Amino acid sequence: MRVRFWGTRGSLPVSLTAEDIKAKIVEALLAAAGRNLKTRADVEAFVERDLPFSISHTYGGNSSCVELDVGSEQHVLCDLGTGVRSFGLNLLARKGTRAACTFHVFMSHLHWDHIMGFPFFPHAYIPGNRIVIYGCHPGMEEAFRRQHAAPCFPVDFSRLAAKVEFVRLEPGRRVRQAGLEVTPKLQLHSGDSYGYRFEHGGKAVVYSTDSEHKTDDAAATRDVVEFFRNADLVIFDAMYSLADSVSVKEDWGHSSNVVGVELCQLARAKHLCIYHHEPVHNDLKIGSVLQETLRLEEITRSDHTLHVSSAYDGLEIIV
Amino acid sequence: MQVTAVRYADVLVVAVKGRIDYMNAEEFRAAVLPYLEKCAAGGDQVVLDLSRLEYVSSAGLRVLMIAAKEVRARKGKLVAVSLQPVVREIFEISRFTLVFDVFESVQDALRALSPTAAAMAHTG
Repeated sequence: MRVRFWGTRGSLPVSLTAEDIKAKIVEALLAAAGRNLKTRADVEAFVERDLPFSISHTYGGNSSCVELDVGSEQHVLCDLGTGVRSFGLNLLARKGTRAACTFHVFMSHLHWDHIMGFPFFPHAYIPGNRIVIYGCHPGMEEAFRRQHAAPCFPVDFSRLAAKVEFVRLEPGRRVRQAGLEVTPKLQLHSGDSYGYRFEHGGKAVVYSTDSEHKTDDAAATRDVVEFFRNADLVIFDAMYSLADSVSVKEDWGHSSNVVGVELCQLARAKHLCIYHHEPVHNDLKIGSVLQETLRLEEITRSDHTLHVSSAYDGLEIIV
Repeated sequence: MQVTAVRYADVLVVAVKGRIDYMNAEEFRAAVLPYLEKCAAGGDQVVLDLSRLEYVSSAGLRVLMIAAKEVRARKGKLVAVSLQPVVREIFEISRFTLVFDVFESVQDALRALSPTAAAMAHTG
């Protein structure tokens, strides 16, 4: 299974500013000073190998959208944040507009950062395409129709050329869709959110965003640990620091890197990918949160090693 | 996990020993919060001696946050001392060093909070 991240930012899409780009260039040139970089290949190798990711690249600014590719002709996505626009444009560039496509989309919830990419998803405007949107919320269709309606957007939902269907799932009930075994789980978030455990070919990927974990509730913790149990990859909302998530931002519905490590260690998951990055954080900050999370895993490790990474727009993970 | 306390004048030194995780965080909460009831302006000041705390999970840190909030509301003073290296890193990564004033030793904390308590502890 290939997992591609098209949108990894929490709450609000962001973009780099002119000052951000300038700061990266300055840091890169300072690091390059005195080096013998004569050819393009030398420079590219230096950028890839010797610069920190937070200088040479960016974590990106699109809101939530993750693709699960199991080699099928049908496309599987989690959430329709602004990342779905990049996904659609990439697909158009590869396949054009002629081939009719089917998309299966699993929605964590209906907050705007998770649906706002849909009006800009090019395949919704192409006849012959089919988009099946799955979720556990009762008001799914209404939420999508509302964001297309005046005064929010100029093109009404009824004018979309693709066939759009809504399928209600039941939390805890495993279903088979698009070649995957899918189990939704209710999560703690304002208005509820749902995580999904996807299983295919003996591998398991958990998509768990917009979820607050109050780890003083031992029963709830055991429940989440079972949901994450032995997963090959856990995509985890780590938007806040632990201190913020239990104080000023308590009940805002998000979690921390510290809780992500703990839950994945308890579940003996193989790979924690921290996700739904705080929009206030720049690349350096997200990079430093990753370094701290790696260190936390190291100092709290028992007999199980957890691989830790940080999601960025464009990341691909093979499980 | 064990919680014990020693008083020096107006300062209560509460020592925590062992590991705190999601399984015993409630037990830790029940053990530590009674020591904080009189931690208020004009009342007790409390020093959390964490020199024998081996590990604290998010559930344990949550208890400490609740304690800090309650004490702050009463304008009391609650500080932490003698964090072991692992616990110190957990405090830093979870940003709890922004929640608590952290001192190197009980003596350092007593000197900062109450000269009388520091003198009493020094003379034993």
